[in-house]
Amino acid sequence: MRKKKRWLIVVSLFAALLPACAPVKEYQKNRLNDSEMSLSSRKVEKNELNFQSYREGSSGANGGKTGGGCGCN
Amino acid sequence: MKRICLTVIGLFLLFVHGFSQAAPDTSTYKPRKLTFDEANLVSSYYIQNGDHSAIRGGIGSEHVTDLANGIELKFVGVDAKLRKNSLTAGLGVDHHTAASQAWISKTGASRRTDGMRLYPSLDWTRENETKGSTIGGGLYYSNEFNYQSAGLNASVSQKTKNNGEFGVKVSAYLDQVKLIFPSEFEPAGAYTVRANGEERHPDYGSSGRQTYTASLSFTQVINKRMQGAVLLDLVDQQGYLGLPFHRVYFTNGVDSVEKLPNHRFKLPVGLRLNYFLGDNVILRGYYRYYTDSWGLHSHTASLEATLKVTPFFSLTPFYRYYVQTAADYFAPYATHVVADTYYTSNYALAGFTSHYFGGGVRLAPPKGIFDKHWKMLEIRYGHYTQTTDLVSDVISLNLQFK
Repeated sequence: MRKKKRWLIVVSLFAALLPACAPVKEYQKNRLNDSEMSLSSRKVEKNELNFQSYREGSSGANGGKTGGGCGCN
Repeated sequence: MKRICLTVIGLFLLFVHGFSQAAPDTSTYKPRKLTFDEANLVSSYYIQNGDHSAIRGGIGSEHVTDLANGIELKFVGVDAKLRKNSLTAGLGVDHHTAASQAWISKTGASRRTDGMRLYPSLDWTRENETKGSTIGGGLYYSNEFNYQSAGLNASVSQKTKNNGEFGVKVSAYLDQVKLIFPSEFEPAGAYTVRANGEERHPDYGSSGRQTYTASLSFTQVINKRMQGAVLLDLVDQQGYLGLPFHRVYFTNGVDSVEKLPNHRFKLPVGLRLNYFLGDNVILRGYYRYYTDSWGLHSHTASLEATLKVTPFFSLTPFYRYYVQTAADYFAPYATHVVADTYYTSNYALAGFTSHYFGGGVRLAPPKGIFDKHWKMLEIRYGHYTQTTDLVSDVISLNLQFK
């Protein structure tokens, strides 16, 4: 339980610090707007994420599905 | 666990409340009807080998092949209030073969060792650029011989004045598991055999499974070269959470069907960090910690390094490391005792480490590939190994048309 609390504190601190980052204007976002810089998973990864969720005990927190489909569990 | 969830949600709402959105320039938007924007075709071929089949209680071939094909059509329009509406319709078809399915029959004589899955989906979002907010909803359905799933979701996101964005998505999946038991547990006369040898089963019956998820996300531009995201899912599952054709062998040689609790709470937390290094390299890092009420904990870490050979051609090697502890109810073949309350020999719930590595190629010239409508081609291959001796390979292809 102590481990989980420590983890949640780390994540919360990370989230709290992010808004304090350097200001970036729209015209300075050419690198950030590159399609390879997307913070979501690539479409081509969709079936990889599926098989990982079937062959491993954990899933989620990656923008993918968290339930439904496939009776292979 | 509930207290942790409430604390996390409370912190999240506090952050959302603390930020407001500056009004951006919407002069680029003009009202227009919903029109075709892009189409994505994604195909994958997956092949797997292993020696711990859950159908045989943790022994036997896990050979599986799966050919998955999906198409996604996206339509975009702008309404009179200059809100951007996006509608995405998807359809996927998978065909799989699984050697272990033959062993639903005690003697390995089951005739059905393949199957199809069909899964349509529909997603809609409405983005109000003036307010920096987006709302959305989605419907999902999946059908295969032994499993049906219907899902729906609703989402909302809000941009902040500091280049951040908060998102909340709630989803519900209502599933039905067909109760196909191993042949030795079927009542006498359950099957009829036709003249051509085909086995017919008049009515298997089914059992329900429900999954409710709240997904929270926060993305943030950190500087001109770096952006990150925090992702948190709260997942509550209820109902029949095992599969009826998974055997368990006890120490006394007797077998049964796996038995798992009818409730599972999952808590994955993920961090993503993308960094544009120099002019030609993009590093994409990801870390996830996962814990659940079945006693399974895991760590996932992955790193991709995209090398932009030209602005429109890139190579992406990647590596993913994963480690998990065994669920409380897992034990290998013939090691459970009859007195156990819950038991499974499904190796997805065993303790193991896995490595996944490979590479991708992406081509997206501004004038298209052969034709101006074919905008992008991406191919990706990965090789996966588990310390349970499971080995798999997957190759995927994504074609994008506009």
